Amino acid sequence: MSALGSAVTWAAADSWTMTRRELAHWARQPAQVVVGLVFPVMLLLMFGYLIGGGRGVDGAYVDYLVPGMLALTMAFGLESTMLSVTRDLDKGVIDRFRAMPMADGAVLVGRSAADMLQSAVGLAVMLAVGYAVGWRPGGGAGALAATAGLLLLLRFAMLWVGIHLAMVAGRPELVQAVQILIWPVGFLSTAFAAPASMPDWLAAAVEWNPVSATATAVRDLVGAPGAAAAAGGSWAAEHAALLAVAWPLLLVAVFLPLAVGRFRRLGG
Amino acid sequence: MAGSEAITMEGVGKRYGEKHALDGLDLSVRRGTVHGVLGPNGAGKTTAVRIMATLLRQDSGTARVAGYDVRTQAGEVRRRIGLLGQHAALDEELSGRQNLEMFGRLYHLGARRAGARADELLDRFGLAGTGGKAVKRYSGGMRRRLDLAASLITEPEVLFLDEPTTGLDPRGRTEVWNAVRSLVGGGTTVLLTTQYLEEADQLADRVSVVARGRVIADGTVDELKGRLGGDRIDVVVRDAGRLAEAAALLPAGAAVDPDRRLVSAPVADRMAALTRAVRELAAAGVEAEDIAVRRPTLDEVFLHLTDELRLTETPAAARTEVPA
Ligand SMILES: Nc1ncnc2c1ncn2[C@@H]1O[C@H](COP(=O)(O)OP(=O)(O)O)[C@@H](O)[C@H]1O
Ligand SMILES: [Mg+2]
Repeated sequence: MSALGSAVTWAAADSWTMTRRELAHWARQPAQVVVGLVFPVMLLLMFGYLIGGGRGVDGAYVDYLVPGMLALTMAFGLESTMLSVTRDLDKGVIDRFRAMPMADGAVLVGRSAADMLQSAVGLAVMLAVGYAVGWRPGGGAGALAATAGLLLLLRFAMLWVGIHLAMVAGRPELVQAVQILIWPVGFLSTAFAAPASMPDWLAAAVEWNPVSATATAVRDLVGAPGAAAAAGGSWAAEHAALLAVAWPLLLVAVFLPLAVGRFRRLGG
Repeated sequence: MAGSEAITMEGVGKRYGEKHALDGLDLSVRRGTVHGVLGPNGAGKTTAVRIMATLLRQDSGTARVAGYDVRTQAGEVRRRIGLLGQHAALDEELSGRQNLEMFGRLYHLGARRAGARADELLDRFGLAGTGGKAVKRYSGGMRRRLDLAASLITEPEVLFLDEPTTGLDPRGRTEVWNAVRSLVGGGTTVLLTTQYLEEADQLADRVSVVARGRVIADGTVDELKGRLGGDRIDVVVRDAGRLAEAAALLPAGAAVDPDRRLVSAPVADRMAALTRAVRELAAAGVEAEDIAVRRPTLDEVFLHLTDELRLTETPAAARTEVPA
């Protein structure tokens, strides 16, 4: 086997070991996993029933809301990733990992794989709850698969942003600041409300938000009635599918190398 | 790989802001020996260990472990070392067995051997019965033994033990000492840091005394005995009025502590000094409540060494200028 080949095999094995570690954590703390799944469901129900009819949306609000909530849930995954990473780096076990002949970044890849798995389960739950509240996505299995793909791609991007921010922030107190900041960023999107209902300057900013891009792209995919009209006619809204792929890829390209580099340099 | 040294550090410096955690540390440890690094809190022991274990980068100087440079060949070093840090390096949420198995997999033993090795080590460190319990429910001694087991998964060439017994009760301490002794002879080189001269004496072939990031004395414990102030005899006298009399009967250099009715004197030969003191005190009719011969405490060692340094200031300062 070539040197590169064996390095890749070694890294894959280490990453798998780290993923198993996260899975073992879940097995020992099932309650935390359940809470993580219930929270977005609560948000969805709250917006669907309490706050009711979306602003500036034609057609059934649920068709508009569910794709938005799905995108928002993926974006908010950043919080849980940050929290896990800061907790992890605080632990002595990281010292042992770093003093072992372990592949660079395997700890982070393990984190990433476990978070993606949790998000995939979370997504399935959200889709089921969406269906239960009357959401009927169109476009068949292909559209649904593409929907899941776009959403998980956004989650993957947020994951690496989260890992990097957690390592920059370092301390749990700073993580809280980021947690508070992510709310306005998440809400300044087309997740709940159509840009048509917003002042022009805000609408323009909101449409460029990666969360909006994914939400709009998903609405287009599953053919939400009224979605196209509500989305407005800006370049960003017209090319939502392109942005829904380009944004996450750009974020990953920037933050993944930064995060791995930072982990490698932990020892100063 | 040449050389009989398992560890060498030359002029290693590490600063935190204005603070010199290490200030030109030199260390040399022969293969297959146990080396003690003795120093008080804040001397730089942990910093030195973390640099040798590739967890921290030095600002200056060079360090080689098992023949490899810790800065440029960290991967090679990591394949050959085991580390028992000052704080437990374990996954608290997982069980003891899950921890060992995970580390075994990270050494690429393969699933089956990792599991077998985990069981073997749990058994050897008396943790077989509690291997399934989450580490966060372990006692301090159990945690330390599991941590030690984790650092031995691949039978490392060089093992670092950073204050392995600090915070343990006497039983835990004996357990760790026995574990360390059983390693010696297997060819493993052990570097152990401690605040207790007694511990260094029990386990180490050679000792380096560290203060403020430098080595201020080194040699075998026997060689250092004199320089470290040697053993001492402590006598507690029943009648405080006879303290001066007792001091005169003990070897020269006795110090008197009237509050504790204690006379303490340096001795050259432990047993001879003890029998002589018992005999002479009895002959003079000075009643003793307690007599004991002991190693000097770290405080006494430092008092002695700093006195020595002050007397020989220039040569002592010159010895840190090691030629490259
Ligand atoms: N991360 C750090 N930041 C600032 N100062 C530090 C840090 N780590 C160690 N020090 C300082 O460096 C000195 C040596 O510390 P350390 O190596 O932990 O000593 P020891 O292990 O002998 O008690 C101490 O004065 C300590 O306060
Ligand atoms: Mg220390």
